[in-house]
Amino acid sequence: MTGATATRTGAVGRSVTRVDSAVKLRGEARYVGDMSVPGMLHGRVLRSDRPSARIVDIDASAAKSMGGVVCVLTGDDLADIDPYYGHAIRDRPIIALDRVRFAGEPVAAVAARTAADADAALLAIRVRYDDRPAATTLEAALAPGATLVHEGAVRGGSFHGLGDLPESEGNVCYTYGFATGDIEAVFAAADVVVEGEYRFPSAYQYSMETHAVIASVDGEGITMWANCQHPFLVRAEMAAVFGEPVSRVRIIVPFLGGGFGSKSYTRMEPLTIALARKAGRPVRIVNSVAESMLTSRQHAMTARMRTAASLDGRLLAREVTCSFDTGAYADNGPRVVATAGDSAPGPYRWEATSVRADCVYTHTSPAGSYRSFGAVHLQWVGELQVDEIARRCGLDPLRVRTGNLLRPGEEVRPGGKPLDADLVGDVERVAEAIGWNGPREPWVGRGVTVGVLAAGARPVSLASARMESDGSVVVLVGTTEVGQGARTVFAQIAAEVLGMDPSDVRVRQTDTAYTPYDRSTGASRSTTVAGLAVMRAAEDLLARLADISGGPPEPGEYGELIRRHFGFDGGELVGHGEVHPEGSGSYAEGPVFWEICVGAAEIEVDPETGVVVVRSTATCADVGRAMNPLFIERQDEGATLQGIGTAVFEELRYPDGLLANDTLLDYRVPTVRDVPARMSCLIVENEDGPGPFGAKGMGEGGLAASSSSIVTALADAGVPVNELPLTPERVWRRIQALRRQSQEETP
Amino acid sequence: MILAATVNGQAVRLDVEPQELLLDVLRERLGLTGAKRSCDVQVCGTCTVLADGQPISSCCTLAVDADGRELTTIEGFASQPEFAAIEEAFTRQVASQCGFCTPGMVLTVGSLLGQGRIEPGEEGARRAVEGNICRCTGYRAILDAVRELAER
Repeated sequence: MTGATATRTGAVGRSVTRVDSAVKLRGEARYVGDMSVPGMLHGRVLRSDRPSARIVDIDASAAKSMGGVVCVLTGDDLADIDPYYGHAIRDRPIIALDRVRFAGEPVAAVAARTAADADAALLAIRVRYDDRPAATTLEAALAPGATLVHEGAVRGGSFHGLGDLPESEGNVCYTYGFATGDIEAVFAAADVVVEGEYRFPSAYQYSMETHAVIASVDGEGITMWANCQHPFLVRAEMAAVFGEPVSRVRIIVPFLGGGFGSKSYTRMEPLTIALARKAGRPVRIVNSVAESMLTSRQHAMTARMRTAASLDGRLLAREVTCSFDTGAYADNGPRVVATAGDSAPGPYRWEATSVRADCVYTHTSPAGSYRSFGAVHLQWVGELQVDEIARRCGLDPLRVRTGNLLRPGEEVRPGGKPLDADLVGDVERVAEAIGWNGPREPWVGRGVTVGVLAAGARPVSLASARMESDGSVVVLVGTTEVGQGARTVFAQIAAEVLGMDPSDVRVRQTDTAYTPYDRSTGASRSTTVAGLAVMRAAEDLLARLADISGGPPEPGEYGELIRRHFGFDGGELVGHGEVHPEGSGSYAEGPVFWEICVGAAEIEVDPETGVVVVRSTATCADVGRAMNPLFIERQDEGATLQGIGTAVFEELRYPDGLLANDTLLDYRVPTVRDVPARMSCLIVENEDGPGPFGAKGMGEGGLAASSSSIVTALADAGVPVNELPLTPERVWRRIQALRRQSQEETP
Repeated sequence: MILAATVNGQAVRLDVEPQELLLDVLRERLGLTGAKRSCDVQVCGTCTVLADGQPISSCCTLAVDADGRELTTIEGFASQPEFAAIEEAFTRQVASQCGFCTPGMVLTVGSLLGQGRIEPGEEGARRAVEGNICRCTGYRAILDAVRELAER
């Protein structure tokens, strides 16, 4: 759609500085944990210390009479509502009812005048448990006769978007799959078949700000200040659970200290509301890092994959079966699994594919979204196999890729959106950036990997652009500012349409009471989908300005036009913008666009210690049109470091179902010491996106691309490893095994 | 116990519990929320404040241990003249995304710069901020900003 446009100012495409830079640098930016409201109490949560048990009794009598304590909430307090939530599968009680399904599940919550009072009260609550068998790993949960994490029928949540939910089978709560071609025939006739089993661990997103909510329940309804990425989905879910109309649930979203998926969908909101409801006063809950680790994490995965090829390097068929550990509640697991399934074959021209991805309950903390989910799980697996095929055929791995990659317009998965990017061009760029053809030193390896990620989520976004009588503009749009720079980019988009300077446009934080609906902040959708709504709102505003001026309005006279129109110093004009799906909006027809996960890496491994050092990386932001080039580079650098953590050392460990490394002392995230000597973040602009000015999203692909390329680079150095992370011990053991193997082969 | 200290140039006298942390006193009692809580174990650096000009982790400092000291939080540092150059370099390099680590990062860099303790070059910049975690930027933007500041 193209509407009215003023003179272009070049606001888009320019690396303007962040509109929120000053408040963040000066410490003035407010996050939920920095806020308090009158009468506010402090909430603390007692969590289960065991993975699977029936609750026999909770004795909170001593806690209730302690100084400063206002109330103690347990499952018994929720008898008047249907206390289950879950956007995909409605399987999770707000607080444990009669049993606990993971170590860390909320069992009781205290509201007190101070946090210290609440902490003291937690120690006085006595819970008697009757331990039950626990299935705390994928293997245990999938074993024949495994104990069931959930019994009874699967209830779909409000936003599952998954079509008809199948009956659950054992601990498998959801399955996604598809098949094309005659897979057995192609494998039987192939020259080369590579196969293997792979393991991917669970990582913690570690947004530095933990989950935090202030909730108030009173005659106005439910009001929250919450650091959520998807406030409109949370609002609808809380309205349903607490029996309120959507219009009486209000969520105000200040700045977020990062998200990366950890604050997507519903997190601490229902428990905070329930506690505030009982206390009759506002309550604030701010998680510790250990608690946030138990609130959202990445899915661990096991996979079997085989790939068939011809000796001249033609990729023929791929078969994948994989299982994802979604923890005790489905959370976003079904979507993660479906996205992983779509990413599983890799964007090649296959004669046959077969994909089956299972979402599996275990007695561990729930897994949700983490940047690049699906692609990060399976891209390294598929790309290791492509490299192995190249090695067996004596071909350049880069040429095997360029020879088989899908071209724009070709089908990525049955019935979905065709490929909308130049993958061949992208992969050649990243390979060149790391010196693909340069001389090779021993124990140094280079990897280049390609993947695609279904992005954009459901394209429903609204925005309004309001011009004040002095000609300045306020944009209302529901994207959460998690750090990605959305407020700045939206200001650029509106300014471009209106022929103004971005500094004359203010983009407000979300308050669901006033901000138009936006489905969510995630899936790299904000610039593309919400940005398109902003563009349309600005175009609508410009059309209204043209109406009142009787001709094309000049940017310098906007304020004067409005004042003349109202015959007064006040008044304002409002433009409305709306984006909705072109077709049914179903997942099958999607995605809105394919996010590109193309990267390359050069690593060095020390054969004596197994230490892997990432020397050089390259990622490719194939963005259609760059709204703010420097933001893109800086965001891909962040994705690259998360990719290094994912590939090399990040892993949540759950011995006996208890999270063992729940502090930053023993869960290591990348520090400045992990920054590669060379990091290239390339930008490709082919104006082939569905967003404003031909834009499409980025920011997630770099994580899958960098982590996968590090794994394949290590294989190129002579150390193929099928289990992440690439810790020194694992890599060293693999090197020893390979040495023994080669000694046995050449006596 | 009595905590008597200077906070951002103002004399402060408070009755605090012996187990109270400096971070909680700053945030909850004095309303200085620029110092953030994250890791609680002195790893991430987002709770950094300056005590007599030196960066410390206020999440692992007892409030009473700040008795008699001169404390500077980001709210105070932002009005000092040396802040301007840091603000300019961090802004131009997009060295802050979500902003949660930013106050600690700025105070650390500001303190070390003021003492002339950041060596020019990449290694000097890395050493300056190796006690501060940032999950958004991948550090490159921060390093670029710190290098510029140290090399001026």
